[in-house]
Amino acid sequence: MNEERKGLKEKITNSDIWRSMFRHGYENTGRRYTLQVLQNVWLHLHPPRISRHALNFRFTWCMGGITFLMFLVTAVTGVLLMFYYRPTAEYAFHDVQYLEFDIPFGMLLRNMHRWAAHGMVISVMLHMFRVFLTGSYKKPREFNWAVGVILLLVTFFLSFTGYLLPWDQLAFWAVTVGTNMARATPVLGHEGPFAPQDITQSNDVRFALLAGTIVGPSTLLRFYILHCVAVPLLASVLMALHFWRVRKDGGISGPL
Amino acid sequence: MEHFIALVTKPDNVPIVAILFLIPYFIWLSYRQARQTDKTGVPSDAALNDKVYVWPYLCRNEFICAIIVMLVLGVWSIMIDAPLEEPSDPTKTPNPSKAPWYFLALQEMLVYFDPWIAGVVLPGLIIAGLIAIPYIDINPKGKGYYTIKERPFALAVFSFGFIVLWIVLMVVGTFLRGPGWNFFAPWEAWDPHLVVPLTNVNLSYLFGIREADTANFFGFVVVAGYFAIGPVFYLWKRKSSQFLQELGLVRYIVVSFLFLTMLALPIKMVLRVVLNVKYIWVSPWFNI
Ligand code: HEM
Repeated sequence: MNEERKGLKEKITNSDIWRSMFRHGYENTGRRYTLQVLQNVWLHLHPPRISRHALNFRFTWCMGGITFLMFLVTAVTGVLLMFYYRPTAEYAFHDVQYLEFDIPFGMLLRNMHRWAAHGMVISVMLHMFRVFLTGSYKKPREFNWAVGVILLLVTFFLSFTGYLLPWDQLAFWAVTVGTNMARATPVLGHEGPFAPQDITQSNDVRFALLAGTIVGPSTLLRFYILHCVAVPLLASVLMALHFWRVRKDGGISGPL
Repeated sequence: MEHFIALVTKPDNVPIVAILFLIPYFIWLSYRQARQTDKTGVPSDAALNDKVYVWPYLCRNEFICAIIVMLVLGVWSIMIDAPLEEPSDPTKTPNPSKAPWYFLALQEMLVYFDPWIAGVVLPGLIIAGLIAIPYIDINPKGKGYYTIKERPFALAVFSFGFIVLWIVLMVVGTFLRGPGWNFFAPWEAWDPHLVVPLTNVNLSYLFGIREADTANFFGFVVVAGYFAIGPVFYLWKRKSSQFLQELGLVRYIVVSFLFLTMLALPIKMVLRVVLNVKYIWVSPWFNI
């Protein structure tokens, strides 16, 4: 019986189909461990080996990884939410209501998306704090720190653009308050210092952000496209760069 | 008190409550390692410098960490529903109107500075300052391990900025600001009709200056002096120190400008609370 099972396993793992997908075996050797990482697209941003202290929770707090995990959760739940949501002033709010009350697990889906987004904001701030406390921004990681700062802004902006989409009072006024300051931008905002005569409330930076003089239907569409397409793409590209640089800068920083 | 409890338990404020526990925990965690490093003079993890295979050792950790985080997120999502209020209505302004919680430190700064500073210039300088950190901190020590002794100044400045000026202001903005953005202690009921008399005066007024041009000039002198006197004096006294030689003039100017800009916020807060100062510098084009 056992022999038979072994034979079957051998047959499967030696089949052309299996071999076409997985090139490494499962023997417990360093060579296999290395190949496992190098030959897997999901793992290949890792180096084959890292220094032992970097495994410790107490060193990294796992916060960079958690930030990335939260991003993945919002990406998956976000795509599912997009099936039920239309970014127009007529439909947006009711689509969210419909999602909550009539779609199986719709409420859970929305909760996971929202709480993962909040979780990402928390973890990215803590990640930055950790990187500072361990002095990990120092040579040769200066540039990756700068990439990180941009990622921090991108995370805030992702969360902020998403905040408007439920189109309820909370969303509307939070975004109204959050974008109000743009009118005071020096030179480019119509209420800012040094604004030239021909900068008015219908052509300053706030107008560009809101696609209007107040938050309205075109703001909703604009934020929707930023939230679902433009900013996630930007974030993905920057994260790829960030992870690549962690490796190229010699892996996680450590004593020595 | 009830409204305070309602505020703390509001679904969207869960992250802030979580932060209140997470930050002290991580400070404690890193402080323990820093203390060990500083006591022994050897980085606390220096002995763990051998290499291990990413598969299975790191991947296993990542996997376990992901499961735990997903469990927490799952429980959180089952227990607490995302908020959905009434449909948006541009004619019904809630009081107070608050930005999302992670921007409340910025909204809180609006109490002390005009929007163009609090909403545009200071955020811009925060970003520029963060990016500049690796290039202006030339101390090669304390890289890749926790320590306090080897970089006290950098740690003090960053921790003050992050914990006091970002996290604490965020918490104040969320929990202690009520209608009219007035300050309410947890046990005080929110009174939407509370009128706080605006008795704030400009700094020049306190010095007996009544005439606009003189006040403008006075403000300019105070602000310019604030940014110039300290740095110039320190430079003059310590210019032959090895540290300043290595830092160089450009870095020195950037460091002192960013540092003093950061300190300007707590200074303005104290002036406002103690002396009711509204503006330091009133000019025809802008007020600071
Ligand atoms: C979307 C946001 C971000 C993601 C997903 C992310 C992810 C990561 C991950 C997975 C690591 C590996 C080590 C660890 O987990 O701590 C890392 C390292 C690093 N991150 Fe981030 N990060 C983000 C934002 C930031 C920010 C805001 C900063 C700083 C301003 C930053 C600076 C760095 C630096 C300097 C390293 C190297 C640390 C070392 O070598 O010890 N990152 N990041």
